[in-house]
Formats: sequence, structure tokens, C-alpha cells
Amino acid sequence: MTEKQIARRELLKLSPLLSLAAFAVPSIQRRLLAGGRELTGTAQSSLRRAAAIAPSFSTSDLTPIENFPVNAYLTEDPGVDIGAWRLSVTGAVERPGEYTLAQIKSLPKIHQITRHVCIEGWPVIGSFAGARLADFLKFVGAAPDAHFIEVECADDYYEFIEMPAALHPQTLLCYEMYGGDLTPAHGAPLRLQTPAKLGYKQAKHLVEMRVTRVLGARRGYWVDQGYPAYGGL
Amino acid sequence: MRTTHPYLTRLAHWLGAISTFVLGASGLQIFQAFPSFGTKLPQAAELPIPSWAGLGGWLGGALSWHFTFAWLFAFATLLYVMELARGGWRRLWLSPAELRGIWPMARHYFLGGPKPPLTDLYNPLQKSAYLFVTAALLLAVLTGSALAQPVQLSFVLRALGGWQSVRFLHFACLCAFAFFIPGHLLMVALAGKPAMRSIITGRSPELSTEPAAVPSVSK
Repeated sequence: MTEKQIARRELLKLSPLLSLAAFAVPSIQRRLLAGGRELTGTAQSSLRRAAAIAPSFSTSDLTPIENFPVNAYLTEDPGVDIGAWRLSVTGAVERPGEYTLAQIKSLPKIHQITRHVCIEGWPVIGSFAGARLADFLKFVGAAPDAHFIEVECADDYYEFIEMPAALHPQTLLCYEMYGGDLTPAHGAPLRLQTPAKLGYKQAKHLVEMRVTRVLGARRGYWVDQGYPAYGGL
Repeated sequence: MRTTHPYLTRLAHWLGAISTFVLGASGLQIFQAFPSFGTKLPQAAELPIPSWAGLGGWLGGALSWHFTFAWLFAFATLLYVMELARGGWRRLWLSPAELRGIWPMARHYFLGGPKPPLTDLYNPLQKSAYLFVTAALLLAVLTGSALAQPVQLSFVLRALGGWQSVRFLHFACLCAFAFFIPGHLLMVALAGKPAMRSIITGRSPELSTEPAAVPSVSK
């Protein structure tokens, strides 16, 4: 082989890089980027160590509650009537129905001071209290083979988390922040709270919970607009 | 003629170059969502990132680019590290005695000083630049992984000084690439065709791993 032929062969060996030009075609680009995003989530959830506990902090590390950003996407106060409020539980559960705040509060109360991370990049250290979602799922008799928890909110926000995240010991049905009842801006009367997920996964003003084996077409308010579906830390 | 750059090094170089560009641009877009290393409330001072500097259009779009090309970047870094482990590190190895040679070389290129005599394939300035960028590659992968998985990798976060510190280091990697790339391109332009041919085909009549052929690396 002449030197020229060798050089040409070596150049051709780099040609797989040209496949990256597919990113220049809008319709292909959309699919590739969605694929990359999902691949990352799949890798994150399959490499996830269930035993990984988010660090806890002391009260001296707390971000003052007035500096805990609210980031309400739709409304700061959807006007929930706390007295008449019920959490509607449906799907793959033995005891579907309407659950009161008192029933949720009858479960063991967990206090935690953990980091809350926003997808925008800022972190805060907050104080939260509530019932473990794992305890509540046992309480309502969630099917052991269910894979997802979907939630609907009083302000039309909606989200989901996978069962491993739902069963994480630091995942709460949170009804208190900083020792007081949740304020409307922070999701009164009940929100999801977990240091194992980004902020947009921690839906506020919960009104309905569905335990499902298959995820619906509607996945999450931000997820459906292009945020990662997994959003796990 | 000998191979100057093995195939995997060349593949890693171009894959790394493309993904660095995409990650830098989408990273700037992500950073615009919170362009600060202080607190969100009260609003800490923000870095003046121009709004046109970005890729993806919005945070969700930029994250999709970032999470897609991060895999290519990590793969390129892995290929490069494998090549270094297979013996390539010897070319980059900067002996303590050579440290003193960095400044005369920089003075030669940027301030028109006399050209120091060369003994190795890479001169001390090149070696230090390549070591610097190798460190930035590894730090970018490490800090990026820790930011994506701060609970799973909480020990990395702890070791590197916490969330904002890791976020700062990740941003510093972008600055490191922005510092390295113009100088690197200038050197390529000065070295001319042989250097370009060498990183594309791995073969160049003027370049060789033999020290004897070194004087033609730079002029």
C-alpha cells in the first residue's frame, strides 16, 4: 500500500464522526436529544444505590424560610379549602379512596433537614416534616408490583416518581416546613418532599395520587416540556 | 513512516473537540438559569453571561444537549486516558527539570523571544498545556457526574467542598478549555500542515515520534 492509500484509509476510519451531522436535521435532532436525555435517566436509575441517603444538616445550616424560593409555576395559592381537603388515592391499591390529613398525620412523623436542589442550579437547606410516602403506600395497600406514583395538584401541576424513589426513606408526604404547617406558597396542605429528586419532582398542593404499573402519556408538567423524566439525584 | 497519533487518540481528539464545543455552549445556557455561585435569595451577584451565548434555547433544551453529549465527552476522555495508560503518558511527562523550560517556550511563541533548543517530541510548554487540559477533562467528568448525582455521589461533593464549590469547579473546567483552545489553535496554525495531517491521518512525513525529527514540529 502506498503512503497515500494508508493516509486515505486512516482518514476514512474517522468517518463515523460524520454521523454527528444528524444533529443538524431538526426532526432527527429532537429524537436524538430526547434519546440522550432518557439514556441519562436510565443510567442514573439503574446505577442508583438504594442505600444512598442524602446528607442531613443541622439547624445552623438552614436557609431561612423567607429565603426558600417558592418557584410556583402556575400560582402561589390555588385556594385550597384546607378543612374540606382530601387526598384521593386511586389505581393499584387495596384501599382506594379519600384520605384526610389526620389519617396521614397518624403515620410516624419524620423530621429532616436536607438539601433541596433546583434544576436551575441553586440549592437550599430546608426543614421538613411529614409521613414517609413508603408508610402511606403500605397504609393504602399499594400493589407490590406497581412501578410509578403519579400525583395531581390543586393548581393543575402534575408529576410522577418511580417506586424506588417513592419507597426511599427520605421521601415524605410533607405537611410541615420549619416546624409550621405548610403555607399556601409552599404547597399547603400536602406536598411531596425528597432530597433524592430535583425540586420540580416535589409537587405541591397534592389532591390526587395514582399508583400505576404503566406511566400515562401525561408524565409531568415540566417533563412534558422537556425536563428529564427521571430528575433523580 | 511511523504513526504519530494512534487511531484511538485521533478519534478521542475529534470526538472530544466536538463534544467540548456542544457542552460548553449548552453549559452556558444552563448556567444562565442561575448565573451565580451565591444564594438564590437574596439574589447574589450574577455573572454577566450574554443571552446569545448558549445552545438549546432554554434550560430544558440545553440540558438535553448536555446530557446527550456528556456521554460522548466521557467516552472520548476514556479513550484518551486508555491511550495515556498504554504508554502515551511518556510523551506528556514533564520532568521537574523541564518546568524551567515552560517560560522560555512561551516567550518564544508569544513575545518573540529566542527559540529554546528542543529535545523531545513535545516541548515543555506543550507538555504542560496537554497535562493541564487532561486534568480539566477528568475534572469536568468528575464534577459533572457529581452535579448530576449529588446524593449518589455525596462523597465527591463532600471531598470537593460542597454543591456550589463543585458547580464552580465545573464552570472552571469550561474556562480552562476556553483558555487552552485559542492557544492550541494558534500553535496548530504555526506548525502548519504537518500537525493537522498528523491529527487526522496519524501520519505525517515531517513529524515522527522519533526525537530526531522534532525540529520540524515548530518553526
